[in-house]
Amino acid sequence: MTTTIRFTVNGTPQVIEVSDPSTPLLYVLRDQLGLHGMHFGCGLAQCGACTVHYSGQAVRSCVMPISAVEGAQIVTLEGLGTPEKPHPVQQAFIDEQAAQCGYCINGMIMQAAAMLAMTKRPTEAQVRLALEANLCKCGTHVRILRAVMRAAEKMG
Amino acid sequence: MLDLDTSRRQFLKTSGALIVTFTLAARGAQAQVPPWLQRSTAPDEVGSYIVIDANGMVTLYTGKVELGTGVITALTQILAEELSVPFASVTTVQGDTNVTPNQEPTWGSYTVQHGGMQIRRAAATAREKLLDLAAERLNAAKADLAIRDGVVSSRAGGAKISYAQLLDNQDFSIKIDPTAPLKNPKDYTIVGTSVPRLDIPPKIFGKFFYVQDLKLPGMLQARMLHPKAIGAKLLDFDDAACRQIPGYVGAVRKENFLAVVATDEWSAIRASDAISVTWSAWDGLPDESRIFEYVRNAKVERSVVLDSVGDTVEALKGRGTTLQATYEFAMHTHGSIGPSCAVADFRDGRLTVWSPAQDCTILRELLAIMLQLTPDRVRCIYMEGAGCYGRNGADDCSSEAALIAKELGRPVRLQWSRADENGWDPKGPPALLDYRALLDDDRRIAAWESDIYFPERPMNRSGVTLLAAALGGLPAGSSKNIELPVLLGIPYALPNKLTAHLQPQLPIREGWIRAPGRIQATWGNESFIDELADAARVDPFEIRMRNLTDQRGLELLERLRQFAKWEPRGSRSRDSGPLARGRGLSYVKYELVRTYIGIVADVTVDRTTGQIHVDRVWVVHDCGQIINPDGLRNQIEGNVVQSLSRTLIEKVTFNRSAVTSLDWVTYPILTFPGVPEIAIDLIDRPNDVPWGAGEPTTSIVPSAVGNAVFDATGARLRSVPFRPATVLAALSSGSAK
Repeated sequence: MTTTIRFTVNGTPQVIEVSDPSTPLLYVLRDQLGLHGMHFGCGLAQCGACTVHYSGQAVRSCVMPISAVEGAQIVTLEGLGTPEKPHPVQQAFIDEQAAQCGYCINGMIMQAAAMLAMTKRPTEAQVRLALEANLCKCGTHVRILRAVMRAAEKMG
Repeated sequence: MLDLDTSRRQFLKTSGALIVTFTLAARGAQAQVPPWLQRSTAPDEVGSYIVIDANGMVTLYTGKVELGTGVITALTQILAEELSVPFASVTTVQGDTNVTPNQEPTWGSYTVQHGGMQIRRAAATAREKLLDLAAERLNAAKADLAIRDGVVSSRAGGAKISYAQLLDNQDFSIKIDPTAPLKNPKDYTIVGTSVPRLDIPPKIFGKFFYVQDLKLPGMLQARMLHPKAIGAKLLDFDDAACRQIPGYVGAVRKENFLAVVATDEWSAIRASDAISVTWSAWDGLPDESRIFEYVRNAKVERSVVLDSVGDTVEALKGRGTTLQATYEFAMHTHGSIGPSCAVADFRDGRLTVWSPAQDCTILRELLAIMLQLTPDRVRCIYMEGAGCYGRNGADDCSSEAALIAKELGRPVRLQWSRADENGWDPKGPPALLDYRALLDDDRRIAAWESDIYFPERPMNRSGVTLLAAALGGLPAGSSKNIELPVLLGIPYALPNKLTAHLQPQLPIREGWIRAPGRIQATWGNESFIDELADAARVDPFEIRMRNLTDQRGLELLERLRQFAKWEPRGSRSRDSGPLARGRGLSYVKYELVRTYIGIVADVTVDRTTGQIHVDRVWVVHDCGQIINPDGLRNQIEGNVVQSLSRTLIEKVTFNRSAVTSLDWVTYPILTFPGVPEIAIDLIDRPNDVPWGAGEPTTSIVPSAVGNAVFDATGARLRSVPFRPATVLAALSSGSAK
């Protein structure tokens, strides 16, 4: 017995069959749709490595059951921008060389892009709070902050 | 050869690549080895590192790997510079036991310092050989030739010939000449510049392939059922409930080793929840609340004098004031943001493992022992995982994937859970350090002695026992090769002695974590000298500079004093309100032989909550010749923030049976609101050799922060981490002045 879920990923309509409707969105995106911008980090919504946009909001795909995604617009790192047409946050991360191992960077970019869509010209303190639940162990924080502030300026 | 070379280049650069690699590996295993796999991998051969194809494209083969620190970009710069080819013409193949030279593990801040210099000498030898060939072909004197972008031309003008034409698809079949002339650094155009990192754009656009992203045809997905207690035995399991899960394939058991396997990852996770497992009871861990008593009383296997200058015994008998202090450093986990993952395939008696381990050569050796294969039947191919910062769970996860793949005869991807990683990666062990010193009647340090209590493992270059071998009752490798003595003593010119008391393994396995032994020793050394400075009523800069004879160190400290706008200690009175501000200094000459660093930390301590906020960190850094200034800054920043997290917050917790800090709530780390501003002043010495920068800065952060807290409050912190309860206890104890 399978459940059919219809939703949109990076602008493309998808019809997904799952045997378990509680399957987290993360595994549908990675294993069925072949995307890998989002990463498994904890499976507990504690680190942010798996972040995607759900109707514009940053959500943790590792705990989002696929049944809750019916009809939703999902955007992943791959859909946020491309090398040819980068999102301002992606461009700023490149300009600031804001990555080390890069495993958390998906979450940093997706969280920051969702925040900047809602909050124009945030203060650095606001950015720090917005990214508080996104963990990085390489210690790239000062560059990430610079990148987000740079993107905020560009996005006006 | 050209065609194969081109196809290799394409598969390395395109997304379909990973499957092609697999196909070639399998074919290679069956006899038809492609010519590019038949190259030498001997570390003393030029051709082991450098291949130039008919289009002039250069491939760098290196046993050093990208752990997220930017080294592949730096190594590419070193090669392109010394060989005089465009940076963009170089592609890198890293960490493959079949095709890359063994350049030792990627650790200890030796990648540029050792690996980079091997590559530089290989390139210099190659360039000389190419010049010889060009002189012959152009009928010109070697001295009259110039090279630009892989093309040799006569200075007089006219004749030109490219490297590709000179080599005509031949490999370099020459030994590295350690005396081959090196380029004059004043002519550098690539080394010393902030070339953007090669791996960052694909990571930013979700186009990068981590090992977690590797898919092989027919690949199964596995999850581990690690024991409930570290020494527990597997008594029984029942996977009847798992059979309700579509996609469930089965369980793999070998003594205390148990894994579930499915066709897709979510089914494997569900099966790991559904399976019923009975473990024996085991409670052999020490009492966590008395861990340092345990360390104090643990048997010492051997004691080693790591540093000895002058006669401290005699000097300590002199007149004056004796000071003593004991410092503690907590157990840490690596905390990689992506838990370990590996892919393994076993067929035709050969094992291939795609692994994020720091050292594929040691891994191959240990896997061969574990599975009783000859090493040539094991191939380990590095693929990046999340940053590892040392010997995390990558090797163990790789060993478990290998065992499952061997049992099933199908390719398997094993993804550890967060609890697997936090519970089972080898830990940075707790350390205890005792100090005593004599201040003479002139309030000068007459002598200094210290003792460090620490297990041997993190200072030892052999691999940690692979978890699959330990759980599965399989042969475990013990390639003991002691790295000691690393010099962990003080850089100051005074009678001093450091003795390391090496203890047997803890029941929780230990592994090296960034700056192993060095962060613990420097924490004690640089805190204790701050205690002596206070007792002698001497400024912290003054007491260090007074006891330093090393001109490079003195220059660095003077530069830091000005950079941080330091005012002599005591020139302002302590804040009396709830918020107390202070500054602390720390200095290291790493292992007493290389990279010099000094930092000043500015902190604010909340006396009511015990919270420390580090506001700003000033760093002056001298690692000799700088390869990539922005890459270096990125590493220094990372070292500061990561070790600040270790200093303020991190601590592995455990009960009598197992580690209990299994997620990010129970093992919290520093987050954005706690991150300081970081100001960096780089000292570049283009004419000197480059030293490592991947970990030295880590070693001096705890002491700088502790010294700043003392400056702010008069309370001396002697136990890492400085969690609020520790700070409040120090504030209320007699040590607060």
